Amino acid sequence: MEHHAQFRTRWLVALLLAPQVLLVFTFFYWPAGAALFWAFTLEQPWGGGNAFVGFDNFTSLFADSFYWASVGRTIVFALASSCLAMGMALVLALFCDRQLRGYAYYRTALIWPYAVAAPAAAVAFRYVFAPEAGVFAGLNAMYPGLWNPAMSGTDAMIMIIIAYSWKFISYNFIFFLAGLQAIPRSLIEAAAMDGSGVLRRMRDIQLPLLTPTVFFLLVINITDSFVDSFGIIDITTEGGPAKATNLMVYKIYFDGFKGLDYSGAAAQSIVLMVLVMALTFVQFRYVERKIHYK
Amino acid sequence: MADISIRQVYKSYGRTEVVHGVDLDIHDGEFLVILGPSGCGKSTLLRMIAGLEAISAGDILIAAKRVNDLEPRQRGCAMVFQNYALYPHMSVAENIGYALKVAGIAKAERLRRIATVAATVGLGDFLDRLPAHLSGGQRQRVAMARAMIREPQVFLFDEPLSNLDAQLRVQMRIEIRRLHRRLATTSVFVTHDQIEAMTLADRLVVMNGGTIEQVGTPSEVYHRPASRFVGSFIGSPAMNFLAATIARPGIATIRAGHAIAFAETDFTAPPGTQVEIGIRPEDLIVTSPGTPDAIEMQVEFQEELGAGRLVHGRFAEQDFIVQLPAGHKPVASLSLFVLAPAQAVHVFDAQTGRSCRAAACSTGPA
Ligand SMILES: Nc1ncnc2c1ncn2[C@@H]1O[C@H](COP(=O)(O)OP(=O)(O)OP(=O)(O)O)[C@@H](O)[C@H]1O
Ligand SMILES: [Mg+2]
Repeated sequence: MEHHAQFRTRWLVALLLAPQVLLVFTFFYWPAGAALFWAFTLEQPWGGGNAFVGFDNFTSLFADSFYWASVGRTIVFALASSCLAMGMALVLALFCDRQLRGYAYYRTALIWPYAVAAPAAAVAFRYVFAPEAGVFAGLNAMYPGLWNPAMSGTDAMIMIIIAYSWKFISYNFIFFLAGLQAIPRSLIEAAAMDGSGVLRRMRDIQLPLLTPTVFFLLVINITDSFVDSFGIIDITTEGGPAKATNLMVYKIYFDGFKGLDYSGAAAQSIVLMVLVMALTFVQFRYVERKIHYK
Repeated sequence: MADISIRQVYKSYGRTEVVHGVDLDIHDGEFLVILGPSGCGKSTLLRMIAGLEAISAGDILIAAKRVNDLEPRQRGCAMVFQNYALYPHMSVAENIGYALKVAGIAKAERLRRIATVAATVGLGDFLDRLPAHLSGGQRQRVAMARAMIREPQVFLFDEPLSNLDAQLRVQMRIEIRRLHRRLATTSVFVTHDQIEAMTLADRLVVMNGGTIEQVGTPSEVYHRPASRFVGSFIGSPAMNFLAATIARPGIATIRAGHAIAFAETDFTAPPGTQVEIGIRPEDLIVTSPGTPDAIEMQVEFQEELGAGRLVHGRFAEQDFIVQLPAGHKPVASLSLFVLAPAQAVHVFDAQTGRSCRAAACSTGPA
């Protein structure tokens, strides 16, 4: 039996593939290639093209204390936002899995935020967290200077963490709920017969069986927080105040397009790209293989 | 040790009622088997006893204490599930000992009891394995051990053997029986396998469509079925049924004009009643052609069983089966003459399907 349709002409194959290849090339390989080129060359001060400089751009990057400060902030942001987004999502999913009254509506409502574009969410959060309006105006009236993300770096960081996590709670929630519902009902019932209460069952049965999902989401959350935070930062803080929210991805944009240091920015992009690839590798290599009970 | 009392228990899912007022008393230390076709509500009833399913109406009492509103863990029941429901991330020892761990029993004591119970079910060498690395039979033993270690008041089994192959099933059946002899814990066992039910039960409950058809010892249920359903459901090959009318006490006429005698002291039905006569294939006796009132069946085909021979055919426009004893030679002719001994004839009311057996003898609920 022949299972595949056969194309009679090669040019048809080429024609059908072309748009896809073109897209991937234009939006991935070309920029990545350009970044590589920039990262290993330096534009000469008085024109005359780019000179190959080897690892010089990386050496000076790694010698730059501002860069390491940005890496530190990125790690804080990645861990805090992943923990917040996953923790909240897990709690909500555990409640939803109990199928309390009205859970179907609640589940649908929880999935919506994921459909909101990051910059749109950021605009909303800029108003929510504005020190002179909303909840915080009241708090600031009671304790003057308590909250001002435009002045305090910590406040600004908290703001972008919350704004960023908000959207990822939905994403994580979907996976956690699916993971919980994949646990056979009879396991929960067996544990109930064994004398285990609701909380104990969550701890002893549901969470351990959810480990594959947790690891999967952890990697995805961290990876995405490296790159996806751009929209939120650009709209809410623009990396400020005093570079307190200048995460790696934003620093690339800032150094490259505002500072016009293409080579430095390109070297940073390569570092970030390698990081994301490394995490993806961990994801495929260890997480997908190891942590499954079958 | 406990008895269980089920009083007028109903179960509805939304507007669909699936258990329609069940009354049942399970005695202390008895092995009770609930038997019935798929979807008749056996599991639902068992799960209501366990506390895994809310009771829509009625009461369940365990050891004279009403348990309707108690959590499963407060009822003192242990359950063995059909798919075993072993915790996949815990070793055999952890699976067995989980209940003790939850109960806060010290580790040393726990390990001692795990070892004892594991030895009883022959799992001593597998304590460190994960369930995924066990065979079906071994998993089943872990599930049993997990139930046993709690020394519960009541064991509940929901078709625990149905995932095993035929040989292992027989072996586990014997082990369960042996275990019950030793522990004498009140046990409720749900199955749709009649051999399993007949061999395990002290008493048998036959359910159909959310109600109890009959409660009795396996022998009572087999020899004195309280309804046409029980008669057809218990016994293999299935009971033959013939539509008939009561002519006079002790005699019914089949529509073909045939008379069949039944024990008039056992079955009381006024003349003219429409009934169904039930005769088990193994009760029929082959006789010589021309015997008065003999049933003349048209032979269609025969099945060799080793321990006997089944003759399939038709009589009075209905399927009819006769079981010949071992050693009987194959039927060569196109028709076979058989007689039904009066004591082996069952009479069921055609309208209600209930047995016409005199009330005193009937063991089922009215
Ligand atoms: N959650 C539920 N919602 C609605 N109906 C249900 C639910 N659970 C069971 N039922 C119905 O209740 C009836 C009895 O189900 P139950 O599981 O007790 O059957 P059973 O006798 O155990 O059958 P089996 O031998 O197939 O296990 C069935 O008709 C089933 O469709
Ligand atoms: Mg069932």
